[in-house]
Amino acid sequence: MNVAILRFPGTNCEFDTEYAFKKIGAKTSIIWHKSEELPKNCDLVVVPGGFSYGDYLRSGAIARFSPVMRAVRDFAKKGGMVLGICNGFQILLESHLLPGAMKRNENLHFVSKFQYIKVISSNNPFLKNLNEGDILNIPIAHAEGNYYIDSERLERMYDNDQIILKYCNKDGNYDNPNGSVDAIAGICNENRNVFGLMPHPERACEKILGSEDGIKMIKGFAY
Amino acid sequence: MRAIVDIYLKPGVLDPQGKAVHHALESLGFDEVKEVRVGKQIQLTIDENDEAKAKERVKQMCETLLANTVIEDYKIEIVQ
Repeated sequence: MNVAILRFPGTNCEFDTEYAFKKIGAKTSIIWHKSEELPKNCDLVVVPGGFSYGDYLRSGAIARFSPVMRAVRDFAKKGGMVLGICNGFQILLESHLLPGAMKRNENLHFVSKFQYIKVISSNNPFLKNLNEGDILNIPIAHAEGNYYIDSERLERMYDNDQIILKYCNKDGNYDNPNGSVDAIAGICNENRNVFGLMPHPERACEKILGSEDGIKMIKGFAY
Repeated sequence: MRAIVDIYLKPGVLDPQGKAVHHALESLGFDEVKEVRVGKQIQLTIDENDEAKAKERVKQMCETLLANTVIEDYKIEIVQ
């Protein structure tokens, strides 16, 4: 599997992401945002976490206009797999590759901690190895993770299995670290080839890091 | 000429910053405050003399970059 990991000015999770994907046997390359194309035979594009363009204006708002994002849009349109983690998720929202928007966390704090999340739908290539109701322990670290979408479109997303992950407590019950609508932690697009989540699976890829649950997630992309 | 763009979260979209400021005002005894909305203002200096043209261009700027119209409304004011 060939994975292209994007890097914008201010990205800081590209090496952790590369490390995690190498663990599952992927060949990785880090792509500078000024590149106008993606590597040939790329199977997955990962937009990693960080603070692209210093989060100026809105998180992800400026990165959206980087040359590489045009290539990512074309790639996604043709059915290519795209995964956005944290700031990567915000960039995909700003790029309209995913529906909705991010607001400041409800408590206005930068929240950085391990957080339980629950698989809501595994009817997609990313989470296909997991079961609905599975609980994972994955770090979150963000100030703008308060996911918003209007109720009409939210309904449509549920109907189409686009709500894939929610925050929860250890027992799988309601917990909401940032105020997101319905405690949503991760979503996908209508065609189920573009994914975004606030938690960082790459930070949970070894026992010594406190959890290996992130590997269980990203393995979905491996073949 | 100059353009002043005000950007606020749409009515009905909960504004966490506004809520926090409201609580702070309440605890300072400003009980008459009913609601607080926090937004941002962007000031642009533009090389254009036609007001209508300038406004149209700033509108395009808002739609493409300055505002996220999924959650935000914007208001443009042109000043000489």
